[in-house]
Amino acid sequence: MEPIIEFDRFSFRYRSQTEPSLYDIDLKIYPGEKILITGPSGCGKSTLARCINALIPCSLRGESSGTVKVDGEVPEKAGIFGMSKKVGTVLQDTDGQFIGLTVAEDLAFALENDAVPQPEMRERVAQIAGTVNLQKLLHHAPGELSGGQKQRVSMGGVLVDNVKILLFDEPLANLDPATGKRTIALIDDIMKMKEVTAIIIEHRLEDVLYRDVDRIVVMQDGRIVTDRKPDDLLCSSVLTECGVREPLYVTAIKYTGMQIRPEDRPQHIESMNVEPYREAVRKWFREAPVRDRQNDNNAILEVKDLCFSYFSGEPVLQHVSFTLKKGEMVSMVGRNGAGKSTLSALICGFLKPDSGAILLDGKDISPLSVKERGERIGLVMQSPNQMISKPMIRDEVGLGLTVRGIPEAEVKERVEKTLRICGLYPYRNWPVSALSFGQKKRVTIASILVMDPDILILDEPTAGQDYRHYTEIMEFLLEINRTTGITILMITHDMHLMLEYTDRAIVIADGTLVTDDTPAHVLTDDAITEKADLKKTSLYDLAVRCGIPDPSELAERFIAYERADTKKEEEVPADGR
Amino acid sequence: MAVNSRLLSYEHKDTWIHDLSGVTKLIFFLLWCIVSALTYDTRVLLIMIAVSAAILLMSKTKWNQIGAVFKLIMVFMILNVVAIFFMSPYQGCQIYGSRTEISHLFGNCYVTKEQLFYLFNVVIKYFTIIPAVFAFMVTTDPSEFAASLNGLGVSYGISYSIAIALRYIPDIQEDFHRIRNAQEARGIEMSAKAKLSDRIKRTSSIIFPLLFSTMSRIDVVSNAMELRGFGKKKKRTWYAFRPLRRNDWMVLVFIVVFSVWALVFTFRDGSRFYNPFL
Repeated sequence: MEPIIEFDRFSFRYRSQTEPSLYDIDLKIYPGEKILITGPSGCGKSTLARCINALIPCSLRGESSGTVKVDGEVPEKAGIFGMSKKVGTVLQDTDGQFIGLTVAEDLAFALENDAVPQPEMRERVAQIAGTVNLQKLLHHAPGELSGGQKQRVSMGGVLVDNVKILLFDEPLANLDPATGKRTIALIDDIMKMKEVTAIIIEHRLEDVLYRDVDRIVVMQDGRIVTDRKPDDLLCSSVLTECGVREPLYVTAIKYTGMQIRPEDRPQHIESMNVEPYREAVRKWFREAPVRDRQNDNNAILEVKDLCFSYFSGEPVLQHVSFTLKKGEMVSMVGRNGAGKSTLSALICGFLKPDSGAILLDGKDISPLSVKERGERIGLVMQSPNQMISKPMIRDEVGLGLTVRGIPEAEVKERVEKTLRICGLYPYRNWPVSALSFGQKKRVTIASILVMDPDILILDEPTAGQDYRHYTEIMEFLLEINRTTGITILMITHDMHLMLEYTDRAIVIADGTLVTDDTPAHVLTDDAITEKADLKKTSLYDLAVRCGIPDPSELAERFIAYERADTKKEEEVPADGR
Repeated sequence: MAVNSRLLSYEHKDTWIHDLSGVTKLIFFLLWCIVSALTYDTRVLLIMIAVSAAILLMSKTKWNQIGAVFKLIMVFMILNVVAIFFMSPYQGCQIYGSRTEISHLFGNCYVTKEQLFYLFNVVIKYFTIIPAVFAFMVTTDPSEFAASLNGLGVSYGISYSIAIALRYIPDIQEDFHRIRNAQEARGIEMSAKAKLSDRIKRTSSIIFPLLFSTMSRIDVVSNAMELRGFGKKKKRTWYAFRPLRRNDWMVLVFIVVFSVWALVFTFRDGSRFYNPFL
């Protein structure tokens, strides 16, 4: 069979960069295949995708050598429009991709541009709406849709063109775990209905492997490190070496010292042959450290029976109560639109509750203004671009103090102290624009920390970050939590974050608090994960399949083991640095 | 938050005004404005106010869709009227060719019946246009409007940019609210409590983040449009296109007849003013 996509000794360098982003790429993809391309941020996986849909070199220019062929054509010659007939690209940002004012118009967008007559267009839109299950939402505006529904619109919008190749650029980045799972299932269903080739670019490996993929291509530093079947790849150590997170059950089995064999089909925990590893896992479980999560501090924030609605009769939050203790790290989880952001807006005072109270250190904070609350409760937004307003790091971090009329000398001293805590001191005189995304994130955290708040609320601190940056940001938060004793509340979709870094999880669904328990218990409870659109951790399945009597405890011990491990790693180079 | 911020934007409702084609509404609106700008005939203006108000009522427009903008226009109108009164206190006398003093204010500044009548006309001119503007904005589906503009011969690039601007206004409004809230929590007070000079200075702390997030959004959107073939052909069709129907023609005939009548009626005596002082 002829490959549908073929890279032959292909290299590419962006005009604005000195180093090539792709080196010597040799890759063949055959019709009907489902390929996962993975690797850390900056490994070149998105660049590779842009070479397939002709954004490179038609829109983003640079120098290339070698050849690319897609369905018999050279993308450069066919142009972006020519390629759009063959390759449907689903972008990470579903909001940005949603161009029409309603679902129907967005699905029709490609047909409109092709000047398809209106009656035929309406027919094809109705048909494709059936494929992606959007018939009932045709006249909805983007603001009325959930993240998963928007993703379905994106897929429908490219499928309507009868493309041969579907290209997904980090499709899971903005989705809650259950919606991510449904997206992966939908890709699978579409491939069954239509004859398409699918290429998924994603670093959330375990979530993509929810359904079979044919091959996984791992990239690092612009090169293809390996290209093989998932079962083979999971048995090797390539993923860990490249900074891509393995499925947790695979890591857990590797911790036992066992070598996983491809013939046991480790691609899915449900269908894997765990028999050979069972004893080793049970033994490891008995010997693994027990995690200590006791926190006997006083309450710092108490939310009591909070109710809120934008319009009377349509409650957004109902009777929500919980307590944060001093020095805790707590996660708040639930699907998009469950009421998490509303809750943080109520705590920060952007909105006023209909009833109920919020106590800080035992005192009601309803009389405090937004500004006064901001001195005690700091909010860090998801994207640093939404917060940074000064060109220089020093000014940005000091902004909150300057506007409060604090003397210049004191501002300088506090800014420098905070920059030291945040590891930004060497960059104090740099412009913000010279920093990486992770460093910018630190700047926004520093600009809140400088006001010495009691509580830090972070909205999706690690959204869209690869494993290395995720670890970097989370270890940093853990460190400031330990050194300053600050209480941290994180709104997140990331089940790993919740499990690994937080002591407790507050689960919100449909405006009510479903549970407030340890992450390991939450993520191993069918009823709760179902209700709140979470995803059960695969460690639980592993524990059940190995016959461990208290299955949620395996997740606890796994995290405790990893924590002990990272601590050791940290201690060794600490002096030498 | 998204729910509150849908100010002056299209909302789908089931009325015959919503069902009209965007082109019909545009032509109506343009002729309406021209007539209102040309005539100072009080009788014509009063009829126009009645029609405008009826349109706004029939379109089932709610106060919260237009309230804030209405207040702003009122402020400008009052400023305008006060400015005319003090800058040229005898404008009305010049126009109507007589001078009926009511009371003496100061210096050589007198309140005259003619001036008051002239200002009354200025005020009602505002009120002939305001309801029509509101009705046009909240009842016109932007994509259908873009489609009909394109049908009239406007290039589709320009037509589509109107639709897409309207598509992203709610998103940008939401970004704005989020950024403002977060900056306010950092202590950058933007509410009425802070001094005006401070507020202006601090706007930069919202404008820059908003600008950066909007720029990156534009980048994504334009890539997405190109990847789906926008601009590929000289022509494009429209999902939302609607041909002119019976109601459209009736409205068009009405507005043309009305405009001709209104102008003839106004200028019959060679002046655009109605003069009750003769």
